[in-house]
Amino acid sequence: MAEVALRKVIKRYDDVEAVRGIDLDISDHEFIVLVGPSGCGKSTTLRMIAGLEDITDGDIMIGGDVVNDVPPKDRDIAMVFQNYALYPHMTVAENMSFGLRLKHYPKAEIKARVTEAARLLDITDLIDRKPKQLSGGQRQRVAMGRAIVRNPKVFLFDEPLSNLDAKLRVQMRIEIKKVHQKVRTTTVYVTHDQVEAMTLADRVVVMNKGRIEQIGTPNELYHKPATRFVAGFIGSPAMNFIPCRLEDVGGKLNVRLTDRISFPLPPARAARYSVLPRTENLLLGIRPEHLTESNAHLEPGVETFDTVLDVTEPMGMETLVYFGLEGTPICGRVDPNAGAKDGAPMRLAMDLNNMHLLNEATGAVL
Amino acid sequence: MADVVVEQGRLARAASPRKRASLRHAMGRKSTVAFFLTLPLILLIALLVLYPAFYSVYLATLNKAMTKFVGLSNFTFLFKRETFWMVVRQSCIFAITAVVFKALIGFIVAHFVHNIPGKKQRKWRGMLLVPWVIPPAMSTLAWLWLFDPSYSAFNYTLSFFGIGPIPWLGDTFWARFSVILVNVWYGAPFFLIMYLAALKSVPDQLYEAAAIDGANWWQKIWHITLPMMRNIIAITTLFSLIVTFANFDIVRILTSGGPLDRTHLFATWAFQVGIQSSDIPLGACVSLFMVPILAVAAVFILRDVNKRGNEA
Repeated sequence: MAEVALRKVIKRYDDVEAVRGIDLDISDHEFIVLVGPSGCGKSTTLRMIAGLEDITDGDIMIGGDVVNDVPPKDRDIAMVFQNYALYPHMTVAENMSFGLRLKHYPKAEIKARVTEAARLLDITDLIDRKPKQLSGGQRQRVAMGRAIVRNPKVFLFDEPLSNLDAKLRVQMRIEIKKVHQKVRTTTVYVTHDQVEAMTLADRVVVMNKGRIEQIGTPNELYHKPATRFVAGFIGSPAMNFIPCRLEDVGGKLNVRLTDRISFPLPPARAARYSVLPRTENLLLGIRPEHLTESNAHLEPGVETFDTVLDVTEPMGMETLVYFGLEGTPICGRVDPNAGAKDGAPMRLAMDLNNMHLLNEATGAVL
Repeated sequence: MADVVVEQGRLARAASPRKRASLRHAMGRKSTVAFFLTLPLILLIALLVLYPAFYSVYLATLNKAMTKFVGLSNFTFLFKRETFWMVVRQSCIFAITAVVFKALIGFIVAHFVHNIPGKKQRKWRGMLLVPWVIPPAMSTLAWLWLFDPSYSAFNYTLSFFGIGPIPWLGDTFWARFSVILVNVWYGAPFFLIMYLAALKSVPDQLYEAAAIDGANWWQKIWHITLPMMRNIIAITTLFSLIVTFANFDIVRILTSGGPLDRTHLFATWAFQVGIQSSDIPLGACVSLFMVPILAVAAVFILRDVNKRGNEA
């Protein structure tokens, strides 16, 4: 077990900079998830920690030691790959014990460790099978078992659930979390799936175009995103961004969305935004769950407006409603019994207590 | 009640044309259709392979003038000749040594070529395949000149180092060395290309997983590359063993079996005995001897392939 640190890590391929100076401190026992769209440099970062890619500049430290030039086999890490990378000619037990056998561990200890890992992952019955005889989920467990038996300083996961179907993915997600609760090894996990990131991580690192956009707990990222990218990436359906402008109306600070719609800001928000120039082009960020059906008892800070729905998507526990506000497509979440219908008019309520205000040009959350 | 009656009637009717139904069923099976579709080719192969094979068995049982059936006496005659056992030994030495070196060189060069990046690799692949695509009769002629004792490039070059002249084709050891060398030169590209294809089919992530598991380069070859290539290695070796064992052109052109029959193989000796000495039954006898030896090798190697076939 160990902490991992990245200091100004850069990776350049010929003239393309895949990772542009990353600083990251991962503490002992922590479960860190690197998340971002494809090509954001998250897998490259993981592979640099593993030692499978050289770093162009900067330092990577594992357990306090700089490991820039240490080959993967001497870094004391274990990795779980997207396509499992199990050795097809070895049985499950041989796959799991391969690393230990190479290091000439005593046979009794190898057996004990494999048995223990198999028990932990519930694959005891599969121990003599070949990978070909296993299902996707079982293979994934074996790949995890191969990592666990080594008892390494750090676990690295490279999109381990991407090859599984949706139902199994949810199941394995919970398994991974359970395993981490028992084993407590420092873990770096890469995924493009923000739900996986939110559900697994102690802290999430959101990456974009080779840079870190924000590091924080899942709740911090969700409720206090630092940039438009993070605000739009975390959460499903994604946050709505509505072009807006601040204006003073009768001594109060209002946010104007369209010619017809202008809402007074709640006092706390008004105090925070009052210093902003009134002419600046801004974006109002509001999550779909804060755009709901209107009801008789509106809380303070909740404002209503009328619209015509384009499309509705009944999900069972809620109905997603889609409509346009001067050309900007917007999504809201309403009660399934609120009577939302395709093409029908509806009065919606916007909870401005949970709004975000962003600079349209820079994308920064204000 | 009515339902049951109808049901019974249907059953009774279905039972009577069972035979026709089973024929239709057999015709409907994919394997049956496949068999009929390949039947013309099977017949052609039977005509071109089985007929000559059985004809040679028939020939082997005749006397030299091919007028009388003599049973197995051609075989018993062969067993008593020392030259025959020498040819058996030489064929085995030739085939095994050549195949081992072809496999070894092919494996090593395939690794080098595999690690050459992108476009350059295609050029190297093309160049390294040249020995294999030139008709061996032609390329062996070039080797014949290279081996010439007085005027050859080899001996000329060696003379600068104070070595030689070496009687490449005149001395037993060097003659055997030379025919094996030319066979390796000609056959190694085949191994190279097969191994290269096998190497490319091993997923990179297995090597990465092994690297993280703590394997060094040799352990990666031993635990990943070789097991993943096992089937290709087995099949390539068998194929090459058969072709090398039955080699004719290289020995025929370089040494014609000399000096003193010391480089004769089954095929060249069968040619000499059967065609040049006009004893066709005895020649047929010699060539038939390759069958049991190769059959044993094939059984051993292919049994292994079947066993592992469903692993990867």
